[in-house]
Amino acid sequence: MTDKPVLLTIRDLRIEGRSEDTWTQIVKGVNLTLHKGEVLGLIGESGAGKSTIGLAAMGFARDGCRISGGTIEFDGIDLRMASEAKRRGLRGKRIAYVAQSAAASFNPAHKLIDQYCEAPVVHGVMGRKEAEHDAVELYRKMRLPNPEEIGFRYPHQVSGGQLQRAMTAMAMSCRPDLIIFDEPTTALDVTTQIEVLAAIRDIVAQFDTAAIYITHDLAVVAQMADRIKVLLKGEEVEEADTRTMLAAPTQDYTKSLWAVRSFQREAQAEAGGTPVVSVRGVTAGYGPVRVLKDVSFDIHARRTVAVVGESGSGKSTVARVITGLLVPEKGEVLFDGQALPADYRKRTRDQLRQAQMIYQMADTALNPKLTLRELIGRPAQMYLGLQGRKLRERVRELLHLIELEPDEYIDRLPSELSGGQKQRIGIARALAAEPKFIICDEVTSALDQLVAEGILRLLDRLQGEFDLAYMFITHDLATVRAIADDVVVMKEGKVVEQGPKAEMFQPPHHPYTELLLSSVPEMDPDWLTRLLEEREAAKVG
Amino acid sequence: MSDVWRMVAQRLALGLLTLFLVSVLIFGATELLPGDFAEAVLGQAATPETVAAIRRELGLDQPVHIRYVNWLAGVMQGDFGNSLANRNRPVADMIGTRLGNTLFLALYAAAMAVPLSLALGILAALYRNSIFDRSANAMALTSISFPEFFVAYVLIVWLGQAGIFPSMARIPAGADLGEKLYRTFLPALTLTLVVTAHMMRMTRAAIINLLASPYIEMARLKGMSPMRVILKHALPNALAPIINVVAINLAYLITGVVVVEVVFVYPGLGQLMVDSVARRDMPVVQAVALIFASAYVLLNLLADVLSTLSNPRLMHKK
Amino acid sequence: MSVLIPILWFLAILAASTAAAWLFRAAAVAIAPRNTARALRGAPLTASFGMFVIAVYLLVAILAPVLAPYPERAVIGSQFMPWSETHWLGTDNLGRDTASRLIYGARNTVGIAFITTALAFLIGSILGLWAATVGGWIDQVLSRFVDVLMAIPSLIFSLLLLTIFGTSVVNLILVIAIVDSTRVFRLARSVAQGIVVMDYIEAAKLRGEGMWRLITREILPNAMAPLVAEFGLRFCFVFLAISALSFLGLGIQPPTADWGSMVRENATLITFGDVTPLLPAGAIALLTVAVNFVVDWQLHRASGLKE
Repeated sequence: MTDKPVLLTIRDLRIEGRSEDTWTQIVKGVNLTLHKGEVLGLIGESGAGKSTIGLAAMGFARDGCRISGGTIEFDGIDLRMASEAKRRGLRGKRIAYVAQSAAASFNPAHKLIDQYCEAPVVHGVMGRKEAEHDAVELYRKMRLPNPEEIGFRYPHQVSGGQLQRAMTAMAMSCRPDLIIFDEPTTALDVTTQIEVLAAIRDIVAQFDTAAIYITHDLAVVAQMADRIKVLLKGEEVEEADTRTMLAAPTQDYTKSLWAVRSFQREAQAEAGGTPVVSVRGVTAGYGPVRVLKDVSFDIHARRTVAVVGESGSGKSTVARVITGLLVPEKGEVLFDGQALPADYRKRTRDQLRQAQMIYQMADTALNPKLTLRELIGRPAQMYLGLQGRKLRERVRELLHLIELEPDEYIDRLPSELSGGQKQRIGIARALAAEPKFIICDEVTSALDQLVAEGILRLLDRLQGEFDLAYMFITHDLATVRAIADDVVVMKEGKVVEQGPKAEMFQPPHHPYTELLLSSVPEMDPDWLTRLLEEREAAKVG
Repeated sequence: MSDVWRMVAQRLALGLLTLFLVSVLIFGATELLPGDFAEAVLGQAATPETVAAIRRELGLDQPVHIRYVNWLAGVMQGDFGNSLANRNRPVADMIGTRLGNTLFLALYAAAMAVPLSLALGILAALYRNSIFDRSANAMALTSISFPEFFVAYVLIVWLGQAGIFPSMARIPAGADLGEKLYRTFLPALTLTLVVTAHMMRMTRAAIINLLASPYIEMARLKGMSPMRVILKHALPNALAPIINVVAINLAYLITGVVVVEVVFVYPGLGQLMVDSVARRDMPVVQAVALIFASAYVLLNLLADVLSTLSNPRLMHKK
Repeated sequence: MSVLIPILWFLAILAASTAAAWLFRAAAVAIAPRNTARALRGAPLTASFGMFVIAVYLLVAILAPVLAPYPERAVIGSQFMPWSETHWLGTDNLGRDTASRLIYGARNTVGIAFITTALAFLIGSILGLWAATVGGWIDQVLSRFVDVLMAIPSLIFSLLLLTIFGTSVVNLILVIAIVDSTRVFRLARSVAQGIVVMDYIEAAKLRGEGMWRLITREILPNAMAPLVAEFGLRFCFVFLAISALSFLGLGIQPPTADWGSMVRENATLITFGDVTPLLPAGAIALLTVAVNFVVDWQLHRASGLKE
């Protein structure tokens, strides 16, 4: 790899971001060397500065950011010193960009092919006719269905996975020397992700394009990159060849990242007795659209049921039926063997208290204008009638439980907390009601891996302390592996398969479960290649 | 495609319904008159006999809904009844040429204001946070804050007194278009100034709103020039809000016209309305209010339909 | 030449107001408590100028009887006297002191506009928040009704209502407040709708909170910022609408001193090249500009310094 000529050199890069009136450094002296045709993986948690560095490689800084120091040299051109016109001439032509959300990054007002042809025509690489011809060719290479006519659709007429491939094709339109991939598969379901990853990897190899692949997902980067660089809060942690990095990380931070996936809670005793919550033959939907079709499962005390499925599988709708926000057409929800009124407005205060919910986005789940004292205290005040000193004591106790120092935090507003802390407040608010059952709706999917692990450990501890029953809604099989006792797999509103976790992760599987399980990227750099070969073989066989 | 046309049809139906309700409201408002229409007609001279006679003559002895239907039927045929102040003078006669004059003034102002404000709004968005943007913004904010009559009098003092443009907008009979444009320049300029500021600010805001979208960043990362980013990538998506901005402001012209006509003694509908309100000449007020309100509703309807048609998500279904 | 002189005047005024704004900001920062001072320091000159003007208007309105050399309604000289030592701005069409009426006008015009705006807000925001929170048919009925009311241009609608009820100050306040409350309703409802879909509202509903607490504790605190900014904007609209009506002779009625009617009463002077009638019009313009500048700054702050 290293015998190839150097394409991009970044030395001591410093980037500042503006908050209020002051500039603070968000990238603090990062070095980077990229050779022709090489793929470099940039990984790190949110706030690591990965995207900012990726954009800086194009000589670009977002509004509210500025490159304040260092050099960026692309193929002998100093991008910081070059004129804006010169940089513009490189962007899209020699350095291209693939954004995280293709659905948002394609202009809704133009057809895909018009957007494809724009860069080659404006940069004078080829004429419109030729570019159109070329587009079809690349769409075919990206294995898009109907390559001849898909370009004549508008972005909203094409699915997410296909759009992401069309965007990669667009980035390739001028045959650039370098492509920046900024979390290109993060917004996709696992089964769709596979196809996109495979297509990206092939085309990059085919045109010998160098790439910077930005992601927070180790297993993904393991498939894509030749070398990996780990970043933390705008600083470089370490860099090594992919296999070396995976096998033997040298820094503690990298090791902790690697270790996150190892969390696994102890197996629980077998389920017995009356389930706390029992969903019985629920069919529900919005208007004429059926989202749930005859869904049934039980949740027992001290056990965690993970409801797994991809977007659109109806897993969140189950939660809405259980909480009474959505009245089902058919079926019912039992609590301790008693039928709950379908509409939450008809439930008693005690019924409401017994089932609590923790939301995915702690940002929108906490009223930004209330202090933690009010947020956590309200359920205790309302359901348990605590007042004055008793209420204060209870709030402090709850803050202790979620491992936040009461004196320091009790009068803060949610905006003064980190993402993980906000999620802890959501947990404390649920606990304040002293419930038997808690629904956790993708509670860790908006969090970084280390923080998410902390939340899972906390939930696990609390379950033991208070004999809670959990329903975990998630799309992430790693979370399921870590925390579930029972698993319910959903697809298109139906339960495809359910049972204890141990059985679910052992073959034989239902074909959909099989697909889901096999699509979860593994840390092995050969995983994608092997999986594709296996699937190919299965198809032939 | 058929979905779009169904939506358009829905909008049209809704617009007609609104027009109907507005006419009910305007007609019904007279029912709130303290006392009776007939007493209002006769004022001090009312005796029980004359009141009864007038009531019969105006059909006031009939129930409300019949009177409404009769009134509406008349309106449809251009018959707005007779004025109370000048008895026996049909309201339609009084409106006649004035409607044309008002439309002329509003169109004149719109023809200047729309291109000017769109261009300024786009330029301000393009050079946002520059000196040009900041001063254009401050000036726009200032001129939004001015009462129309202040702008009008300042223009009169400045341009009118200097003898460059006439400060009375009387149009002699048989004046040609150039003459008319010259004589009505100051009122049109007043309206333009008032409306342009609004439209410019809102156009700028509509575009800037979009500049944070990922697809705009994408266009910049494809190496497109700022001008192309704005014109080719932001503008097509800002069409719906911009169309609405234009409609709101053209509709605003209708209101602005009232004050401006009074200042420049321009023989339009606005002046007629103000005079009639002072005289409490209900049929005239009703008629003019109905015309203004209809224009307003129709403009908004047009904007609604156009912005529906400008949305690719609606035009090109899956 | 005569065209250029106003431009020179304009530049001079611009320089003077910049200086005033700068001084005012410096003084305010020095006096105000620490937190307020920090916010003030970040205020652009336009906003400082706005706050300065609003402060001056408030002082004049409160101190009107002390500041005015003559009573509001007394005829103290002949008609249309020129500017002089005794009558700084001359006299009006009835021989009343223009300067005194201008000062009293601050009280009447601004006061009435403020009361009207407050009333419009009370009606509009309560109904708007309620409609958004309850949803369902109540929301539909209220919203469609407001749609129809808003389908008539507000000045035209006000004129229609004033014809029916007659022109008096109370009628004026009620009519404008009701017509304007439709706009407040729209805003309050759409702001609240944005809040109602948040998870924390869902959480509060599932907790079993009542309507009153939902609106006052969960929704209102989050809707405050846009509503306050809207109050400033609405005040400008109401103020301009009342001035326009007064100018047309259909608003605040004589002999109450009011800026809109002062322009109307003395407009003939303009044809003789006397700019005195522009002063009350300018007074209206200046206050509206000032409020708009402050609102603009606040909106910009609230939007999180997006760009």
